Amino acid sequence: MTRSVKKVSEWRGSQLAEFIGFFMLRIAVYSVLFILLYFFYDISSQGYKVISWEFLSQAPRRGMTEGGIFPAIVGTFLVTLITAIFAVPLGMAAAIYLNEYARAGRLTRLIRLSIRNLAGVPSIVYGLFGVILFVNIMKFGTSVLSAGLTLGLLTLPWTITASEEALKSVPDAYREGALALGATRWQMIRTNVLPYAIPGMLTGAVLGLARAAGETAPIMFTGAAFYLPYIPQSLKDQFMALPYHLYIMATQHHAIDRARELAYGTALVLIAFIILFNLGAILIRSRLRKKWRH
Amino acid sequence: MEKSYIGIPEGQIKIQVENLHLYYGNKLVLKNISMSIPEKKVTAIIGPSGCGKSSFVRVLNRMNDLIPEARTEGRVLIDGENIYDRDVDLVALRKKVGLVFQKPNPFPKSIFDNIAYGLKVGRRCRREELEAIVEKSLRQAALWEEVKDRLHQSALALSGGQQQRLCIARALAVEPEIILFDEPCSAIDPIATARVEELIHQLKKDYTVVIVTHNMQQAARVSDYTAFLWLGKLIEFDRTPKIFTNPACKLTEDYITGRFG
Repeated sequence: MTRSVKKVSEWRGSQLAEFIGFFMLRIAVYSVLFILLYFFYDISSQGYKVISWEFLSQAPRRGMTEGGIFPAIVGTFLVTLITAIFAVPLGMAAAIYLNEYARAGRLTRLIRLSIRNLAGVPSIVYGLFGVILFVNIMKFGTSVLSAGLTLGLLTLPWTITASEEALKSVPDAYREGALALGATRWQMIRTNVLPYAIPGMLTGAVLGLARAAGETAPIMFTGAAFYLPYIPQSLKDQFMALPYHLYIMATQHHAIDRARELAYGTALVLIAFIILFNLGAILIRSRLRKKWRH
Repeated sequence: MEKSYIGIPEGQIKIQVENLHLYYGNKLVLKNISMSIPEKKVTAIIGPSGCGKSSFVRVLNRMNDLIPEARTEGRVLIDGENIYDRDVDLVALRKKVGLVFQKPNPFPKSIFDNIAYGLKVGRRCRREELEAIVEKSLRQAALWEEVKDRLHQSALALSGGQQQRLCIARALAVEPEIILFDEPCSAIDPIATARVEELIHQLKKDYTVVIVTHNMQQAARVSDYTAFLWLGKLIEFDRTPKIFTNPACKLTEDYITGRFG
């Protein structure tokens, strides 16, 4: 007996179920895409009107109803830089310790669990913690330094988790192979694990920083200023930041109607800032991959 | 259990295993193994899957240390030194006892850097010295002619059999005294297998070789001595011709004649 592989009829029950199943999945993807595109459209169509060289290069004027957002751009850049300097090396080091050195045990499990939980703590809680630790106890004052460190705490769990995932994706055969040739543990990590994990670690770090750059709650108590006509001169100075500026323009301004356009412009700049960050991450990753693949 | 071990004359022993037990957590993987592995000979370890063959060779250069719950009892003497003593330098041990893995594991570096890896992590080498050792190792592994024009290309572009010979060359480059092979041919094709076997044959002039294999013909072809492991126990250890023609234990005979496994 041979069996034909031709369809018996056009629509068998199982085929219909499959069609419906995939249709639902496709709808899910398209809805996400639609929401994202609409969101971009709304912000850019309203925001582009105010974007000009003046908007990008000047301080706000006349009770923030005119002028630009230059101090906020610089402020967000600086605070993100401090966050990066603090959180990226620390996060990577912690991940290397956890994944390569720490013995699997109750303590390691507890540490991991804590890190996962920290990732879920609301950002306003980080803000209040930052006030207590950096502003009051360590006496950094409300400053770009305090805010940067607070954002650093916020991104640490993400950086650690992403770095650990990147380290886990390096095959154990590379580790065993290196040790079998007489490498010490650190030599093995340095020459045969990190080079292959770094692209993933940096991607995770940059995505964490992009998130931090857009946060409002952690910086509003720790260093972000309502209005400053100048850019910070030292680490102890307050600063303006894009997300906080946006929050004020959208909800706290005395002339909401006049500020609306400026708020849209600020949102557009903030989104562009974050997209640039993510593009940077992609670029770093692909360049390093190419360099180390061969 | 009826057991039969051959004694190796004192002066020819390279590795002496005494009452070795290996646990993974609570699971006893190797049970009271005692055997002597002769110098500059090929010793094959055979047995069905899960009998502890791979675990056994990993005991010999302490790769089991990487498994957190692994624990050993007993002694493993290499040239009279117990490698499980507290004052053993693992780096020195692994340079002395090389390991070639089951799956070829070239690093995603150039062919040259793969071979030079063990030397670079070991001590400072001058470039010319490095080049000389890389060439010598590749020649020993019968790979030189195939790769001499593309030493600086990725090792990942090599075929599976070439990759395995590369891994052998890499192990040779650090000048070990003992080379462990953990089923080196299970992931490569028959022609590549023949080349690796030929290579093992060459190596025993200078090195003590221990090879794990599930392929009994391979054990018969390449080895001088054969140990048969079953459920973590050493059932029989003798000269290879004796094991394959006139085994002392019924279990060994059943295994090599293919009645189980």
